[in-house]
Amino acid sequence: MSSKPNTQKGLYLYDYILSGNCYKVRLFLSFLQLDHELIPIDFFPGFEHKQTEFLELNPLGQIPVLMDDGFVLPDAQAILVYLAAKYDSTEAWYPKDPKLQGRITQWLAFADSITGSCSAARLHDKLGFKLNIEQARKKGHQNLRLLDDHLVENKIVGKDWLVLNRPTIADIACFPYVALAEEGGISLNDYPAARSWINRFKKLPQFIVMPGIPPLHGMKNNEGKFFNQEGLCFS
Amino acid sequence: MTKTTDPVAINDWQVIGRIDDFLKGQPKQTRLLGQSLVAERHKNGDIKVHEISELGETLRSCPVQEKFGHVWTTLGKPKRELFDIPEFQQIDRKYVGCGGVMVKASALRVVENFLDIGHFPYVHTDFLGSEPLTEVKDYKAEIRIDVDEVWADDISFHQDKAMLSATGGKAVEYMYRVVSPFNTVLYKTCPEKPEEWDIIGLFAQPLEENLCRVYAFMLVFDSQNTETDLIHFQQMIFFQDIIILENQLPVGVPLYDGAERSIKADKTQLQFRKWLKQKGLQFGTDQET
Ligand SMILES: N[C@@H](CCC(=O)N[C@@H](CS)C(=O)NCC(=O)O)C(=O)O
Ligand SMILES: [Fe+2]
Repeated sequence: MSSKPNTQKGLYLYDYILSGNCYKVRLFLSFLQLDHELIPIDFFPGFEHKQTEFLELNPLGQIPVLMDDGFVLPDAQAILVYLAAKYDSTEAWYPKDPKLQGRITQWLAFADSITGSCSAARLHDKLGFKLNIEQARKKGHQNLRLLDDHLVENKIVGKDWLVLNRPTIADIACFPYVALAEEGGISLNDYPAARSWINRFKKLPQFIVMPGIPPLHGMKNNEGKFFNQEGLCFS
Repeated sequence: MTKTTDPVAINDWQVIGRIDDFLKGQPKQTRLLGQSLVAERHKNGDIKVHEISELGETLRSCPVQEKFGHVWTTLGKPKRELFDIPEFQQIDRKYVGCGGVMVKASALRVVENFLDIGHFPYVHTDFLGSEPLTEVKDYKAEIRIDVDEVWADDISFHQDKAMLSATGGKAVEYMYRVVSPFNTVLYKTCPEKPEEWDIIGLFAQPLEENLCRVYAFMLVFDSQNTETDLIHFQQMIFFQDIIILENQLPVGVPLYDGAERSIKADKTQLQFRKWLKQKGLQFGTDQET
């Protein structure tokens, strides 16, 4: 591994710049303003996450993996729960309420289904992974339909986010691969509520970007045309 | 799509993968210029490439060479040797291959975007440029007939983080070199060795008119960063470009008469298009008004 922490003290994230699952942890670390160090993993083209040294950290051979004072924790959703429980003294991101925690966990599990569909399609389209692309896109659209419908229903009762009227780790867990869906050939055209939700994320204090998830004001090319998140072009 | 009839694209060397992508006994199928290929490394270490039909029958065998960390083939009879990048012989340079990334765009659009320094502050904000320091000083771009390449030099630009090894924002010098229609390298100020240039390059495999696989690589002097750090940096930059590349219209690079007037392209892009037009390249271009 490129640079293994020589001390066990501190917060480390085994990270890949293009991974949405790593990004959700980076994003939460930013929201919580927690000092940490990234340990880059050569996910592609090196497949370092499938090599012995990494498999000792996470036998599933998946990133992200968090290391906090020597405590090793794989799985993005598990990491979000852990970070919220340990470091979010406001209890805003994962409220100590049985029903809310149950509801949030429901979305954390759903986030893995988004990974299995939207992220899989992106790995196929961008990095050439061999998988059933039609199936991945179909499942991706089903997930997006469900998420969009839920956001619409929430809006009616005055909630802007998946569980509450403020973001929780449920939103963070689902956000990256929804925002990156187009890179897997899954258009967000039919999911306006999801698109608004993406834009709300970008207005949060301490929001950070990743490649493929540009800032709200969009990007401009040399022809003076702007490109926003959905890849729509407006002058 | 079926195999292109464009003789210019056919009679040239094209990249089909990284050398490491081809392991003994693991034949790989890929596409080139609308044609299906199968490539396999044999017991003696040689790679054999064949065109295959849609049913998988072997049609004809294609010449192969392994160079610059990548595998090259041709669907025709190249009129000239594969271009040279002499810096590959400097053994103290760090070579980093970033792997093949698929882009739903013409390979020529990818090369063209690579040549465009105008987009840095907007697309690679805080890394390769930032507003309001968007000014590009006047520079020179030309077709070099003797070597049949497009060159741009004397380019100077303000960058916040030009390379991973750069500390703080500074003026960075660039030279661009298009070695063949789908392949290009740039030379930029080397933060660690001012007397040398760092090299970043793109080899684009034109799969279909509107689809390519792009292999980025670096040949740099950098004792500070690991190979993984460098790959992450380069992939970050490239994935910032992808949204723009996949949304450009028309899909092909416009080469019809008057196209250069309707689009505000920069100088190097204009020379690039002129050069493509002189060559008569068709694949990945837009010839209609
Ligand atoms: N449930 C895991 C899934 C993580 C995951 O799929 N990570 C991807 C990269 S984003 C990975 O490492 N894939 C390799 C594999 O699954 O073999 C999480 O949320 O962390
Ligand atoms: Fe770019």
